[in-house]
Amino acid sequence: MNFVYEKLMGGKQGLLGFVLLAALILVIMPMFFDIFRLNLIGKYLTYAFAAVSLVLLWGYGGILSLGQGVFFGLGGYGMAMFLKLEASSPENTKIQSTPGIPDFMDWNQITELPWFWVPFESFTLTIIAILTLPALFAYIIGKAMFTRRVGGVYFAIITQVIAVILTILIVGQQGFTGGINGITDLRTLNGWDITSDSAKYFFYFLNAGLLLTVIVISRFILTSKFGSLLLAMRDKEDRVRFSGYDVAHFKIFIFSFAAMISAIGGAMFTLQVGFMSPSFVGIVPSIEMVIFAAVGGRISLIGAVYGTLMINAGKTAFSESFPELWLFLMGGLFISVVMFFPNGLAGLWNDYAPRVFPFLKEKAKTKDVPPVVTDETGKGTV
Amino acid sequence: MDTNTNFTLAIEDLTVSFDGFKAVDALNFYLDKNELHVVIGPNGAGKTTVLDLICGKTKSTEGSIKFLNKELTKMAEHEIVRAGVGRKFQTPSIYENLSVLENLEISYPYGRGVYGSLTFKRNKTVLDKIHEIAKQIMLDDALDTEAGLLSHGQKQWLEIGMLLIQDPQLLMLDEPVAGMSVKEREQTAELLNKISEGRSVLVIEHDMEFVERIADKVTVLHQGKILATGDMETVQNDPKVIEVYLGH
Ligand SMILES: Nc1ncnc2c1ncn2[C@@H]1O[C@H](COP(=O)(O)OP(=O)(O)OP(=O)(O)O)[C@@H](O)[C@H]1O
Ligand SMILES: [Mg+2]
Repeated sequence: MNFVYEKLMGGKQGLLGFVLLAALILVIMPMFFDIFRLNLIGKYLTYAFAAVSLVLLWGYGGILSLGQGVFFGLGGYGMAMFLKLEASSPENTKIQSTPGIPDFMDWNQITELPWFWVPFESFTLTIIAILTLPALFAYIIGKAMFTRRVGGVYFAIITQVIAVILTILIVGQQGFTGGINGITDLRTLNGWDITSDSAKYFFYFLNAGLLLTVIVISRFILTSKFGSLLLAMRDKEDRVRFSGYDVAHFKIFIFSFAAMISAIGGAMFTLQVGFMSPSFVGIVPSIEMVIFAAVGGRISLIGAVYGTLMINAGKTAFSESFPELWLFLMGGLFISVVMFFPNGLAGLWNDYAPRVFPFLKEKAKTKDVPPVVTDETGKGTV
Repeated sequence: MDTNTNFTLAIEDLTVSFDGFKAVDALNFYLDKNELHVVIGPNGAGKTTVLDLICGKTKSTEGSIKFLNKELTKMAEHEIVRAGVGRKFQTPSIYENLSVLENLEISYPYGRGVYGSLTFKRNKTVLDKIHEIAKQIMLDDALDTEAGLLSHGQKQWLEIGMLLIQDPQLLMLDEPVAGMSVKEREQTAELLNKISEGRSVLVIEHDMEFVERIADKVTVLHQGKILATGDMETVQNDPKVIEVYLGH
């Protein structure tokens, strides 16, 4: 019991924060919003997976990835490939010159399903692919970068470049990927109409449940010695190394894990929104994910979810009326959060929760982690 | 050829050059078991660089470093640490945001892999060891204090404690009493004399009074080369040493 309380929930304040979030997304929102809105919130919550992954990676580990969209996208494409194949049954596609393959392939004179599409005929293999391939990709990138001690700005730029390359690849290889339009016209999941209300409700709750599960697992990681090491590496990488740790291993692991989380979000996105396109892979969505995490408070898993919800609600509201203004507004918001509220929404919660809920006070031992300091103190020590 | 020796540390022909500037120049240096050896020398003599080379922070240009007959020059930093070499940096290098206890816990030499760190438990063995070390470094009352709030001297002790908890065979301390009060210096001298039992210690220090209190042997480094080596008195009366220290 104590294990669950301290390790998975993060003590009293953590537990309260978690329960409030769970109540909000599992009970309150479904009660007050119709399925159209709920579906929209479900979409936002898929971004929250990426934001949570950035809390682990960036907030704790100090590793800024500007390419989480890559992993989100890979997860989303994995799911979209499965759904597309199901939607492209020979009966549905009998007017094509090659029936039984996705329509965009037929338009691009492809006459046979490419080999890498074949595993996505199986739902089981699709799930396995979503959970492993993005993580494996991250592992390879991480191994190449972190063992060579590429970090900081260089790492951020490289992840950004990868996001660009993947986008170009997807757009350019229309016949294999659906190109700029993405993979659209998805209909059923194992015969179940994904656009039906019942499916939308189901996916919303599945998504919310998965998100909460991911938060609990992440909490476990952060409250273990691994979590302390992440912080330690962020602030004094050399000291960690000279305490006998192979720093690269830890970075590779957390980067791969963050990729896996983001991919789950991507897959849930496809299920709820009904398509996947390169516009969720590139630079802009990747940077937006960083902003979600920053606004939520980059060291708070739960804060990241609120940050995501808030920014996206704002985006939807604003970009309807002033689409051009929104980008500036978001940029301004990002800068002011970083400058004035480095701990974001979570910082406000930590400051005010004990006042609003007095029972938190006695043991308000919130692990206060100061904002990331970008200088590399460890380096200049000798 | 059998090059094994009885030395804890045997450095031979060690050279490192930074863009042609030889910070350490064909250095030969030996450290006995259980010896407490102090390296002194003017600023920029290359003292810190020697420690950097031993612990793998800087790669040597030439030469060999053998620790218990194991060649260190080809090993990664964490492997060198695991082989039994601990190093304190010139400015205290501790985790300021973590408590003293957590600082020591992170340094505890178990659960060093990814999986090990996820399943690591703060059990009685761990806590007992932490308390034992905390007592030695005079921080047993400050276990829950955030390390950043400690005095400069206490930070130095904490870093020494973080090495001690790993029980290294070779302990290297770069200016351990810099910024300490007179009383703290005395306490540190006592601490060093205690912890040097059963291991070799290499200390870099400027404070002569302190050196005199702790050193078995002293080496003077100048422009990357050894100027003199021996007990304190011999070294102090060496004309070359006098010239380097008083000549400018
Ligand atoms: N990574 C490096 N690149 C270039 N030059 C370096 C590097 N590290 C050290 N040096 C140079 O090597 C020389 C020796 O430096 P070192 O830090 O070893 O001196 P020190 O004896 O420890 O001096 P102090 O008593 O001031 O600590 C200095 O001139 C320094 O500028
Ligand atoms: Mg020095």
